[in-house]
Amino acid sequence: MSLFDHKLTEIQSMIERKEVSIPDLVDESFKRIAAVDGDVKAFLALDEEHARKQAEEAQAAGKTGILSGIPIGVKDNIVTKGLRTTAASQILHNFDPIYDATVVNKLREAGTITVGKLNMDEFAMGSSTENSSFQKTRNPWNLAHVPGGSSGGSAAAVAAGEVPFSLGSDTGGSIRQPASFCGVVGMKPTYGRVSRFGLIAFASSLDQIGPITRNVEDNAHLLEAIVGVDPYDSTSANVPAENFAAGLTGDIKGLRIAVPKEYLGEGVSEEVRQSVLAALKVLEGLGATWEEVSLPHSKYGVATYYLLASSEASSNLARFDGIRYGYRAEGAENLIDLYKKTRAEGFGDEVKRRIMLGTFALSSGYYDAYYKKAQQVRTLIKKDFEDVLENYDVIIGPTTPTPAFKIGEIIDDPLTMYANDILTIPVNLAGVPGISVPCGFAENGLPLGLQIIGRHFDEKNVYRVAHAYEQATDFHKEKPKL
Amino acid sequence: MTRISEEQVRHVAHLARLAVTDEEVHTFTEQLDAIITFAEQLNELDTSNVQPTSHVLNMKNVLRKDESAPGLDREEVLKNAPDQQDGQIRVPSIIE
Repeated sequence: MSLFDHKLTEIQSMIERKEVSIPDLVDESFKRIAAVDGDVKAFLALDEEHARKQAEEAQAAGKTGILSGIPIGVKDNIVTKGLRTTAASQILHNFDPIYDATVVNKLREAGTITVGKLNMDEFAMGSSTENSSFQKTRNPWNLAHVPGGSSGGSAAAVAAGEVPFSLGSDTGGSIRQPASFCGVVGMKPTYGRVSRFGLIAFASSLDQIGPITRNVEDNAHLLEAIVGVDPYDSTSANVPAENFAAGLTGDIKGLRIAVPKEYLGEGVSEEVRQSVLAALKVLEGLGATWEEVSLPHSKYGVATYYLLASSEASSNLARFDGIRYGYRAEGAENLIDLYKKTRAEGFGDEVKRRIMLGTFALSSGYYDAYYKKAQQVRTLIKKDFEDVLENYDVIIGPTTPTPAFKIGEIIDDPLTMYANDILTIPVNLAGVPGISVPCGFAENGLPLGLQIIGRHFDEKNVYRVAHAYEQATDFHKEKPKL
Repeated sequence: MTRISEEQVRHVAHLARLAVTDEEVHTFTEQLDAIITFAEQLNELDTSNVQPTSHVLNMKNVLRKDESAPGLDREEVLKNAPDQQDGQIRVPSIIE
């Protein structure tokens, strides 16, 4: 049994009783990484010397808070001062940030110890982590399958027991989909809950940082540590931090659940559908009721998302020009040539494809037909969620239409890859919070995830439902055999 | 009917400051055409009276006091610069 099989409060009691030390925890993490990361390939960079030193210092200073001394992995699009941050892109292959992201500052205050940076799809564009410029992360449950993406490294590292906690980011499902594929818990908070300062921007109106953990309670503790308004992010919301874990009572009597028919319909595999229906039975047994509803514009989510996210990306990624930091192409004749060569050599295919799509959608003559149209459909999608959540406490469905697919299976087919996010994308477009919790296994042994969606800033309720379900089932206790 | 031509792809690549090979122009034309065709399903919806959403929270004009604060240290910033001289970032000549 690993130390990380214990939940956070148990680990902290063990530290208090001096059964384990903070250096033991960090050691456990590096030992496990040494043992399995050659197969899983979740980490892009390790910070071992510094992490071990921090652990000694934290042990000497004594316990200060619930997260103190806990090893954590951070997705590689979140900047960490002095620790290489590449967003899994060749264009940032040599980039050492000179400041920390706000979430990293908050984690330091809370006392966690960063052990390394986690692999992802380049600039978070992808659903399989196959778009990383550096390596392909593999699903700990079956190494021939993808871990999902874009936060594939973050989910795989937690599933493989390399770290108990990680941070990911979610623009169209990039926390929830890999959490589902890897059998762990992943939360995308309400847009604005967590500061995006220091998150390398993909689509600024959709991006949100969130926690990935082995269980719901730990997830709630980690989110509490990173939320809050930030003067460096004018889109962060001035909503006070909450003790999310205090709401985990296990009591969901009278809970009203909405189940969108679009989430159990065409394109969703039968075993995924059955796992969700079984989960609804469990929730009914706990005193909840559910009814079928409709989110009529769901089917337009993917098209809306790819127009908006790519448009925002084409603007955000303009900063990577080979001038101030990162990769610079050799042999350019003039400045424009330098930009073009640097970007052609520095970006991967999927990133180029989205920059091209976004530039096209924003270009003169096409803006109204594509970009503005997508913004209008976004309004309709958002209203779908608001209408349903007026009468129900949460919306429940699958996180993904299928379990994890094989490495290489759909990488050459962008539209099929995009369709993987059909159930997660609308949540980002509406800005509401959504969590994925393990809800069973497919016939091939790969994990399945249940998605629970709540009202804006109602993470406490989302966690309450997720926790009650988790405690009534045993799926979260299963671990991959590595 | 194709939605996008190779000529348009070359123009968009120029706007996006991406050097593209002939082969890439060909591939991007096919792929963008497929994605744009897919995106045109949005035209099924009448949005003539729908306001666009650029941001989900009811938030505007976030203001702060206009106070000076120390910026990033120049030496630190230059550590990441690909080329530098006399404390400044060096680029190829801009004016002939």
